[in-house]
Amino acid sequence: MNELEISEVSRVFPGAGGRPPVVALQPTTLKVARNDFVTILGPSGCGKSTLLRIVAGLDKPTTGAVIAGGREVTGPGVDRGMVFQSYTLFPWLTVRENIAFGLREKRLGEKEKWEIVDDFVEKVGLRGFEAHWPKQLSGGMQQRTAIARALANDPRVLLLDEPFGALDNQTRALMQELLLGIWEREQKTVLFVTHDIEEAVFMASRVVTMTARPGRIKSVTPVDLPHPRHYTVKASPEFSALRLKLTEEIRSEALAAAAEG
Amino acid sequence: MQPLEPIPRRARIALGILFFVLFVGAWAIATLGGFVSPTFLADPVTMVKDGVYLLTEQGFLADIGVTVWRVVGGFVMAAAVAVPLGIAMGAYKPVEALLEPFVSFARYLPASAFVPLLILWAGIGELQKLLVIFIGSVFQIVLMVAVAVAATRRDLVEAAYTLGADDAGVVRRVLIPANAPDIAEILRLVLGWAWTYVIVAELIGASSGIGYMIINSQALMATGQIIFGIIVIGLIGLVSDFAFKWLNRRLFAWRLA
Repeated sequence: MNELEISEVSRVFPGAGGRPPVVALQPTTLKVARNDFVTILGPSGCGKSTLLRIVAGLDKPTTGAVIAGGREVTGPGVDRGMVFQSYTLFPWLTVRENIAFGLREKRLGEKEKWEIVDDFVEKVGLRGFEAHWPKQLSGGMQQRTAIARALANDPRVLLLDEPFGALDNQTRALMQELLLGIWEREQKTVLFVTHDIEEAVFMASRVVTMTARPGRIKSVTPVDLPHPRHYTVKASPEFSALRLKLTEEIRSEALAAAAEG
Repeated sequence: MQPLEPIPRRARIALGILFFVLFVGAWAIATLGGFVSPTFLADPVTMVKDGVYLLTEQGFLADIGVTVWRVVGGFVMAAAVAVPLGIAMGAYKPVEALLEPFVSFARYLPASAFVPLLILWAGIGELQKLLVIFIGSVFQIVLMVAVAVAATRRDLVEAAYTLGADDAGVVRRVLIPANAPDIAEILRLVLGWAWTYVIVAELIGASSGIGYMIINSQALMATGQIIFGIIVIGLIGLVSDFAFKWLNRRLFAWRLA
C-alpha cells in the first residue's frame, strides 16, 4: 500500500509587482510505499522544498493533490511530522518540553507522555541535556531534538527538509547514521530533501532527482545497499557508482540553473 | 577605546555612579558658587533640607503613595485591555485590518490634551487621573504588542502546526510564549511614559500627589521642593525599572541562557 501518493502536483507562485508568475514545480507524480526511505535530490531552487511543504500541508498545490494514508492533504497534520532546515525548536521550552509538544497537543496522560519523551531523549542520545534550552545546544543537538520531537508524535510519514544542511561535515555524517539507525529499527515512511549527493545515496532506498527550475522529477534511482548501513559503505564501489551517476545527473541541472541565472 | 568591547562589572558600576557625582557636583558649583540665583534653582543642600521638611512635616510620603497608586492603577488597566488586543491584532489579520488604522491615529492623540475633557467627563477625582494614564498608555501598548506578535518567526508557527497544534493552540502555545519577553519589555517602556502622564494629570485639578506638590511649590517659589519632587519621580522610575528587568530575567531565563 502506498503511504503517500503525490499526483500531478504543481506549484506556481504569482508574480509580484507585475512580474510574470514563477513556476516552482511542474506537475509531479510520486508514490511512496510504507516504510520507504525516499531522498529528493536537486539543485537549489528546483522546487524540492516546495514539494515537501505541499506534502506537509504548509503550502497548497496549484494543481494536483497529495494523498497521505488514503486521505487528501488539506493542511498540516500529526500524520506527517516535519523537520526543518532552520532550527525550529521552541526556544522557551527545554529539550524535554520540546519533544513533548505534540504529545501535549494530543492530550496524552502525563505518565505516558514523559515515558515516550524520555524514550526519544535516549534514542537521539540527549540524556543529560533534557533540561537544557535550545540556545544552550549545538546545531547538531538541536536537530536531534527536532527529529525526536517529530518522531515522538509517531507520524505515519516523516518529512525532512535539508535537516543537516547547516551542520558541519563531521556532525552531518553522525546525524545521518543516527537517523538511519532509527529508521532501520523503527521503520517509518520517510521523505528526505537534500542537495548533498552522498547524503541522498547513503540514506535512501530510492533517490529521486529533480531538474532545475521549473522543477520536475528527472529520475528515480533505487539504492540496493544492504542494511544496516555503516558509514564505511560510502567507500564501496557500489556506492561510488551510484554517486557518480547521480553527480552527472545533478551536474547538468546545476549547469542549466547557473546558465539561467 | 575598542568599539563594542565589554568592560568589567565593577568598572561599569563605578562609571555609572561617577556621572551622578559629576552631575550633582556641577549643580552644586553653579548654585553654591553663586552663578545661579536661588530664586530659579535651589542648591543641593537646600533641596535635601526641603525634602526632609516635605517628608516629615508635609506628609509627602502620602503624596508619593497616591501618585504610585495612580500610575500602577492606570497602567494595569491599560495593560489588561491592550495586551490581549495587541495579541489579537498581531495574530489575526482581519482584526489588524480593523483596528490598526484607528490605533495608529489614536496613538498620536496627546494624553495631556485630554485632561480638560476628562475633567468634564469624570470630574477631578481619581478616575480622571487613571483615565489620563490609561489613554496615554493603551494605544502605545496595543500597537507595539501587535507588531511584536506579527513578527513571530514563521517557521516556529509552522512547526507547531505540523506537531498537531490547531489555530488557538498556535496562539496560546507559540505566539504568546514566543513574545512574552518582548511584551514585558514593552510594558517596562510604557510604564516609564505613564509617569509623565500622571504628573501632567496632577498638575491640573489635583489635591494630592507629587505633581500637586510640585505645582504648589511653584506658587511658593520653593525650587528646592520642586527639584526634590522631580528627583523622587526619577528614583521611583529607576527602582521600578530595575524591578522589571530583574523580573524579566527571572521569568525569561531561556532568552539569556
